[in-house]
Amino acid sequence: MKRSTFLGLALVPAAATALSACSDGGASSGSTTLRVILANHVWTEAIKAAIPDFEKSSGLKVELTTLGEDQLSDQYNVKLNAGTGDLDVMMYRPLQEGKLFAKNGWMADLTSKSKADKAYDWADFQESPIKATTYKDKVVGVPIITEREVLYYRKDLVQKAGFAGPPKTLDELKAQAAKIATDNPGVAGFVARTGKSPAVTQFSSFLYSYGADWTTADGKSALDNPKALDAYKMYGGLIKDYGPKNVSTDMSWPQAMAIFQQGQAAFYTEADSLYKNATDPTKSKVADTVGFAQFPAGPAGSKPYNIPSWALGVNKASTNQDNAWKFIAWATSKEMSLKTQQAGVPSARNSVWANPEGVKGYPKDIVDATLASVKVGVDHDRPVVVKVSQARELVGAPIVDAITGKDVAASVADAHKKFDAFLADEK
Amino acid sequence: MNEQVTRPADRTTLGIKPTPGWARWVNEHRKWVLAAPAMIFVAALIVFPLVWTMYLSLTDAEGSVRADKEFIGLGNYLKVLSDTERFWPAVGRTALFTVVVLTFEMIFGMVIALLLRRSFKGERLVRLAILMPLVATPVAVGMMWRLIFDPNIGLANAALALVKIPPQPWLAGQYTALPTTMLIDIWQWTPMVALILLAGLTSLSDEPDEAAQIDGASTWQRFWHVTLPLLMPTVIVALLLRGIDALKTFDILYATKGKGGGSYHEVETLNVYAYGLSFDYNEYGVSSTVLILFFLIIIGCMWALAGRGKK
Repeated sequence: MKRSTFLGLALVPAAATALSACSDGGASSGSTTLRVILANHVWTEAIKAAIPDFEKSSGLKVELTTLGEDQLSDQYNVKLNAGTGDLDVMMYRPLQEGKLFAKNGWMADLTSKSKADKAYDWADFQESPIKATTYKDKVVGVPIITEREVLYYRKDLVQKAGFAGPPKTLDELKAQAAKIATDNPGVAGFVARTGKSPAVTQFSSFLYSYGADWTTADGKSALDNPKALDAYKMYGGLIKDYGPKNVSTDMSWPQAMAIFQQGQAAFYTEADSLYKNATDPTKSKVADTVGFAQFPAGPAGSKPYNIPSWALGVNKASTNQDNAWKFIAWATSKEMSLKTQQAGVPSARNSVWANPEGVKGYPKDIVDATLASVKVGVDHDRPVVVKVSQARELVGAPIVDAITGKDVAASVADAHKKFDAFLADEK
Repeated sequence: MNEQVTRPADRTTLGIKPTPGWARWVNEHRKWVLAAPAMIFVAALIVFPLVWTMYLSLTDAEGSVRADKEFIGLGNYLKVLSDTERFWPAVGRTALFTVVVLTFEMIFGMVIALLLRRSFKGERLVRLAILMPLVATPVAVGMMWRLIFDPNIGLANAALALVKIPPQPWLAGQYTALPTTMLIDIWQWTPMVALILLAGLTSLSDEPDEAAQIDGASTWQRFWHVTLPLLMPTVIVALLLRGIDALKTFDILYATKGKGGGSYHEVETLNVYAYGLSFDYNEYGVSSTVLILFFLIIIGCMWALAGRGKK
């Protein structure tokens, strides 16, 4: 990689533009070969196994590419920038790149297609995820995987400390984490993501539950709200005071989850879609003692996010859009949504959650936590902007400063100023 | 010239068909024809991207490179060069990283090369062991060290605990992360320097050294005044190769700290910064500017080093 990195980087924008000249409309119209690009995910595994059935019933041939999250992102950057037509169905992250893709005109309008078929039942999809896959009143994606922030906790430790149950409020969470950390040397009271950018999504529920949000209704930074400062102090304070010793400030979910799996933390706030990592005995030492609860309430109540982490969309440059929709309609049909949910992937369809078959095999407490969260869920877990990466770094900086014990108020004030300028610039 | 005029006539008299026009043309320009594939390749894959990157650096391209962009002259350069939050710290880190790892790698590489020069028992095993880091994939190396240096479950702190030293944050600390990545780089790339220097040492004749020995020079004097000056061309080659590589280090930093070089950008060098600007921020104009500036820095360093080598 080393020697070629510089050149490689220099090549990207250039190659992308060079390609654009020759690749417009590369795919032949209505080809029976459908090019589908998906991220590595449990959902993808479940779909992959069923693709032969789809091929048989539709007469189409699916050419499937699966990539890791970062590689997928890089692929889109290069290929969509080049205006390539050789991608038909794309799995993408609505809140991370959806707005950018839609703004760049890379996403086909699926509004009429999604609403045409009665049996497909568009109204069955949960409201907040659909909001996230809609751009300027046009449907550009269909949510396939949804997630909400819930509280993962160690039942044994909570019981041993003499508490009746998991904390209902953030203040109770703090008190319980403090007691458990003191009683059990070597076990942290609380763990969560600490990286400036990865932590933003898991901090968002704290922010909403304190009655704050990233932006005001007219698109300005809302971080100067004193409630936001309290939320930053709570999240950062929990990790600083009761978190693992020498805590890294680069943790995303795999690192934070590893600490929880090792039995080194009592409480952990994380997306419910990752619950299998904690309940799978081959991965987790705490598989028998892990419990789940709805996100603890703050001064404004319990306000976890409820968002689609992944969705399927159609490349606007694809000349095979009708067939691409056929694939999406199949993959997100009631039957397939049931199948993928049974494989452990929370669906965006209400009917699947209402169906007892749909929650078979799920721990009861996670189903309860999820269903309760759907009712109060907020439709975004990060600032809804085009340049999400930059925004996450700006609003995430005070989280890290709170964890490392720096002056949080000054840090939030600084973040507010920068985020406000960023929003003004983006308009 | 004469030959070319007479040859077709000779051939005709011999009953050979006259050479077609294009073939003659090819024949006359064969040095260009034979070099053409390589030249086209270079033009297409090096010159064009470079020129294009230069062009992008003068525009406000962002989001999509195909989106409308405006020519903004040196606007990006002014913006980048006056950016004291990300750009200059990244330049500083790149320079610090390169100087520190290069210094240690040259010293350790030289020591290893001098030790390996004489044959000894178990020589092959030792050579093999020393070369091991070199053949490992940098990303795998990054992952391995990330585990070793984990502040809670890593081997490094467990080892420190044995000698009663309190646990260190290593890669997790705001101020310890960069030195830790330097350590990894030194571990991985010292063998390459040793290898180059060893090759140079092996090709030196023993006579000057022996003469110095007879004249009563000490071991250090023999190294400093005899071996080192003779080895200088090789040292310069090692410095150049390793120096350019160190400037452009990406894999170890990215594998251990991820995008942006950590929450405080603690290991963000120019290469990591440029990658983030392109692939994370989609700021193609600014990214191209950083890359062009970076390119100039590398050329400058190369030129300075190569110039010294000629003296």
